[in-house]
Amino acid sequence: MIPYLARVVVKSVVTLFAIFTVTFIATRLSGNPIDTFLGEGLTTEGREELIRYFQLDASLWQQYLAFLRGAMSGEFGLSFIDRRPVTQVVGDRLWASGQLLLASVGLTVLVAIPLGVLGAIYRKSWVGSAVMMIAFAGYAMPSFILSILMVLTFSYWLNWLPVVGNSTLLHFIMPTIAMSGVLVAALTRFTRNAMLDALGQDFIRTARAKGLRESRVVLRHGLGNAGVTVISVIGLQVAGLAAAGSVVVENIFSWPGIGQLLVNSALERDYPVLQFGVITVAIAVVVINAITDIAYAFADPRIRLAHS
Amino acid sequence: MVQLADPIMRLSKRKANQTNFIQKTAIAIAILLFASAFFAPLIVPFDPLDQSLLSRLRPPLGFERFAVGHWAGTDELGRDVLSRALHGMRLTLSLAFAGAVIGLLIGGTLGLIAGLRQGWAEDAIMSLVDMQIAIPFTLVALLILSLMGSSLTVLVMVLGIAGWEQYARIVRAEVRRLSALPFIEAAWTAGAGPIYIAWRHVLPNLISPLVVQFTLALSNIVILESTLSFLGLGVQPPQPSLGSMVGLGRDYMPTAPWIVLVPAALIMALTFSVQILGDWLRDRADVRLRDR
Repeated sequence: MIPYLARVVVKSVVTLFAIFTVTFIATRLSGNPIDTFLGEGLTTEGREELIRYFQLDASLWQQYLAFLRGAMSGEFGLSFIDRRPVTQVVGDRLWASGQLLLASVGLTVLVAIPLGVLGAIYRKSWVGSAVMMIAFAGYAMPSFILSILMVLTFSYWLNWLPVVGNSTLLHFIMPTIAMSGVLVAALTRFTRNAMLDALGQDFIRTARAKGLRESRVVLRHGLGNAGVTVISVIGLQVAGLAAAGSVVVENIFSWPGIGQLLVNSALERDYPVLQFGVITVAIAVVVINAITDIAYAFADPRIRLAHS
Repeated sequence: MVQLADPIMRLSKRKANQTNFIQKTAIAIAILLFASAFFAPLIVPFDPLDQSLLSRLRPPLGFERFAVGHWAGTDELGRDVLSRALHGMRLTLSLAFAGAVIGLLIGGTLGLIAGLRQGWAEDAIMSLVDMQIAIPFTLVALLILSLMGSSLTVLVMVLGIAGWEQYARIVRAEVRRLSALPFIEAAWTAGAGPIYIAWRHVLPNLISPLVVQFTLALSNIVILESTLSFLGLGVQPPQPSLGSMVGLGRDYMPTAPWIVLVPAALIMALTFSVQILGDWLRDRADVRLRDR
């Protein structure tokens, strides 16, 4: 147990370190950060002064250490456009993204787990094939196409749903569905396979042999055991997929979240915001992954009780 | 560490080496799309960049105000939507092929090293793989494209590093599985050297899983490229790409939905048919799936 936890923590720290390093290298590769970050309207003396102030005449290695030190104390610079600390600019957006993420994960769990269970139980009938078709379609359908088709149908043609913003509950419907498409596909497939594995085990035969109702066999003994895998998938896959999905979906529906901020700052070349936004999302994903791994260890007695 | 192998998914429960109706249709569509992308300059009736302000926003065949020759209508600058879409698909597919090949070369080489040389080299490569999986790649792509500019070279490199880790995982796992098998051991006993064994015995066994992964990667890269171009960070106007056509046509959706629908339909046809093709190849390549 303890070596396992140590490995999870070390891996997360190494990944975070790599993210910091990659963003540092990426921003330095594109040229002098003063020219890219502060840009036009700078006198030669001002430029010299800033270079001295930010110690850009120091070696790359010293700059890297300074960057890490700044990151540790929460100093990520000012937004090029807002002239506010990037931590504030990104922080303002957290809640909107969080709401959309929660709604999508909720919808995904409600749809995908029953679908996956049905797909496993009825895998030889048309129900199973239909479930696999849905999972397949969700996977092959880019989320921006799904969004565009929904907007065309429900907003422009039927005039039922609003497109822009997040003010009412109605605004949540299309973005949530658009975000959930890929997530439902992924989770349905994992649930189905985990259920197939669980239902093939000996204890299921025992449960049937002792005369339990089929519903109890499937839900308690089948899903109960598959559940550990399913929950870990929600943590591991969903975090990454949702981060990628929010970039597209928030952009289409003008959702005031981090995904929209990232695209806008990428298009407007607002590097400090982009850099910190990427770091924030990456940290969120890494932390969620680590929590999932640790939770998995507690849920699975094979890991919990293992000696080194 | 939680081990989550990518789950095996099959569209139906038929025997592995039968080809059903959906698969035949999908393969036919894939061939049609590839051919029309390849021959796009010969097929299409108009130059994709030619503007004609007199026939702007004309609808496709079968609607009022249809302009003869513009089968799929024209966009806001009077450019032929079908010509743009086919040229865009040509560019999208070229980028996807280049990206998938780069990913194959990087991932295949690293996977081979990781599989053959156990120890620190393997640990280093596999932790790189874990990192690539942990960080959502769309974000990395946004960062790189914004910093280095959206030239086609940068775009191809981004698409290339998008999927290398899958190849690396597959190659490493296969190499390790194969090295333990008797025929490899027999080759060692017979006095064969490592390069001969890698070339003659390991590589031929890697081809079919790699072909399958290549096909699936192709579809994923098409999605990534169209998404980036849709957001305005991929292929830059006036050059048409399927994703950017959808992105730029958004402003005209209420009045001229065909500008968006034609490229959107092509993207869907492309990703669906290539995914089914990959699925079909996997069924044929992998005997272990027969009873699933």
